[in-house]
Amino acid sequence: MDIGKKLSHVVAIAAVAGLTLVAGTGSVIASGEAKHPEAQDWSFAGPFGKFDVASIQRGLQNYIENCSACHSMNQLAYRNLSSLGFNEDEVKEIASQYEVTDGPDDNGDMFDRPARPSDKFVLPFPNEQAARASNNGAFPPDLSLLAKANPGGPDYIFALLTGFVEEPPEDVELAEGMNYNPFFGGGQIAMAPPLFEDGIEYSDGTPATIEQQARDVANFLQWAAEPEMEDRKRIGWKVVLFLLVLSALLYAAKRQTWARLH
Amino acid sequence: MTDHASEPDEKPESRRDFLYLTTGLFAGAGAALALWPFIHSMNPSADVLALSTTEVDISPVEVGQSITVIWQKKPVFIRRRTPEEIQIAEAEPLDDLPDPQTDTDRVIKPEWLVVVGVCTHLGCIPLGQKSTEPRGEWNGWFCPCHGSHYDTSGRIRKGPAPDNLLVPEYKFVDDTTLLIG
Amino acid sequence: MSAHTQPSGTGSGLVKWIDSRLPVFTYLQKEYGEFPAPRNFNYWWNFGAILSFMLVLMIFTGIFLAMQYTPHVDFAFDSVERIMRDVNYGWLLRYMHANGASFFFIAVYIHIFRGLYYGSYKNPRELLWIFGVVILVLMMATAFMGYVLPWGQLSLWGATVITSLFSAIPLVGDSIVTWLWGGFAVDNSTLNRFFSLHFLLPFVIVGVVALHVIALHVTGSNNPLGIDPKGPQDTIPFHPYYTAKDSFGLAIWITLFAAVVFFAPNFFGEPENYVRANPLVTPAEIVPEWYFLPFFAILRAVNFDVLFIDAKLGGVIAMFGSILVLFVVPWLDRSKVRSARFRPVYKWFFWILVLDCLLLGFVGGHPPDEKVFEGIEGLKFINLGHLGTAWYFFHFLVLLPLLGMFEKTRPLPTSIAEPVLGGGQSAAGAAAKPMEKA
Repeated sequence: MDIGKKLSHVVAIAAVAGLTLVAGTGSVIASGEAKHPEAQDWSFAGPFGKFDVASIQRGLQNYIENCSACHSMNQLAYRNLSSLGFNEDEVKEIASQYEVTDGPDDNGDMFDRPARPSDKFVLPFPNEQAARASNNGAFPPDLSLLAKANPGGPDYIFALLTGFVEEPPEDVELAEGMNYNPFFGGGQIAMAPPLFEDGIEYSDGTPATIEQQARDVANFLQWAAEPEMEDRKRIGWKVVLFLLVLSALLYAAKRQTWARLH
Repeated sequence: MTDHASEPDEKPESRRDFLYLTTGLFAGAGAALALWPFIHSMNPSADVLALSTTEVDISPVEVGQSITVIWQKKPVFIRRRTPEEIQIAEAEPLDDLPDPQTDTDRVIKPEWLVVVGVCTHLGCIPLGQKSTEPRGEWNGWFCPCHGSHYDTSGRIRKGPAPDNLLVPEYKFVDDTTLLIG
Repeated sequence: MSAHTQPSGTGSGLVKWIDSRLPVFTYLQKEYGEFPAPRNFNYWWNFGAILSFMLVLMIFTGIFLAMQYTPHVDFAFDSVERIMRDVNYGWLLRYMHANGASFFFIAVYIHIFRGLYYGSYKNPRELLWIFGVVILVLMMATAFMGYVLPWGQLSLWGATVITSLFSAIPLVGDSIVTWLWGGFAVDNSTLNRFFSLHFLLPFVIVGVVALHVIALHVTGSNNPLGIDPKGPQDTIPFHPYYTAKDSFGLAIWITLFAAVVFFAPNFFGEPENYVRANPLVTPAEIVPEWYFLPFFAILRAVNFDVLFIDAKLGGVIAMFGSILVLFVVPWLDRSKVRSARFRPVYKWFFWILVLDCLLLGFVGGHPPDEKVFEGIEGLKFINLGHLGTAWYFFHFLVLLPLLGMFEKTRPLPTSIAEPVLGGGQSAAGAAAKPMEKA
């Protein structure tokens, strides 16, 4: 009887654990027949993870010089860059390189002015149709949330950027203007390989290998997708430790209360 | 641990009370702290705070003209005052004012008066920006809601409003550009 | 807090004054103070308190989120991202709300299975159980509409698929779907009405929870032994014993919840819903939130016509039937013994049902035609779906009634206070009237 009781408790706990597991498997559904990206070591991983700010800054430089001609980041504002260690003047400087349309002025006309820190990142194309028209019919997706929107997250971004293969396997018939990348669903991607060995001169002097660049871009996009992460984990530790102490106190109080029954 | 509860306590009441008190205080403090994110979420958000400055090009404003610009979603009156208006404002004896303040304390350059265009009574927007509108008995602004009169320095002179029109923080970036906020 | 710190003279004076006009304090004292509860609750009985907390948390976070959210197809996605990025602690509010839904469902499923294990639905608690199932249905509707609000890809396509289920209804199906949408596709009208209803339904849930609790306090709680308290020696006052025990269990629960909210806030979520809704592109796979996966599996398991009912309608009937069958469980299970502790056969089938539901959840998360194991041809998820669905209905519609007739139950203890009289030693007479009222 007692063993049976214990056993059913174990099964019950296993059932609860199983429920959680089912929830997990639901979210790991591979997209298409894409190759599974290899897991990388990231500074932000785990409950103590922190952003690698230097790498994110390089990733930003890479985004500005390489990606931003086609890819928007419509959730970011220039002011957000201040959390990457840029001071107010530097943020203004970066913002002022872009033109935004404002208005109407007193005559009812729209006018262009340099972007301010409060402005969102300027979009490369006014709308999806314009983006498609300039990109051979393909739509370069917005990158603000890419690191959260793909099951592989930053691993996927890194794998995709480093995974271009010049000669596709023999059984793959590449469509006109497409490139082969096994990490992309279906293997054919409209984007040409965007990174080149020393294709960028990093302002901090870091050698710009393709892997280095891909890592920097992935770090940058991860930050862009969840800029609150460091705050979240910092507060999280305080909350969880507090709750553990509270649980212990409540356990002691419960024991003391129930001791009266004996 | 296990047999602690069944141990006879020497001072059962006080020990018991101490544990309950500690636990209760701990839980109460936690609950109070947990309220803060909810309350703070109703404060201005980062995107709203980012819009807290406004840059104004004042080069097209003629002497005697006023413009209204938006700063933090409120109207700001910028008046390029005539020499007579400046002189009247500066000459006013402080004893006559409900909210005494000299004109020089209210301007950076006497030619330019910058005030938040919100009546200090209950938040209406005073008239007087256009020459066709009533400007009140002191030729400044007149609030139609409850009849407050402001002078050419934006000071309250008559009516229910308690304070002068608020002067926002601003500076001249150059001769023709004003940065409010 | 303040009520406790007030000088007792004025406090009790005011309390008396109010109480003589509206006896709230008498009520609280009677129902939550001295309310006699069986003395043998285990920790599975904590989930009532945990669920109450979750409901309050969801309403509280939801109201503050609604202050920042914009229910319009052009702004909804961005307004949620603004909450995540710009609103002070907005990310915390949203992650609590989103993960709160998952934890709410974990707790409610445990609560339901606890009821099934210990026979908490049996005479005289049938109505209590029915209110519980009504709460489950309302929760599902609320959760479904809430998931639409962020207006990501799965919001839009989940809403499209689920509302389209109603098109399976003969004759009027298409009109009903158009009516639900307020248009010819899931669009702004749909989003607006879902927001309105998502805000309303939790308060309806509060009302039904009140009925659930009132009904509970009429019949009294069931307990792990499933026998009625025979007298004062079998019960203890709810306060302080169960308030203390519930508080402890709740603190553990909140700790687990906080761990997920702060360290793995997207664990239960689908990445695809961070892609803005696009009415022209269907995602590779439309997966509902994890707590709907077993029902989703049942929906897809019916991929064949039955007589004049086509597969589509059959799936819808099976899915809704899987919930509706819970309403009649008190009448399907005819066993006189409540607790599975004294039902050796039912106990096994109970755990098989738990595994079956987990299996269905697993199946619901995979495309029907996917192979279960790489290398084993012929075993696809749809086959497991058939098996799981068949077993689910077999359990409720066939097993439960049969067990009630043929199962040889173990002898019941004479009372809660002295539950174990050495197993086989217990007198046969003691088990004679298992369901008599105390």
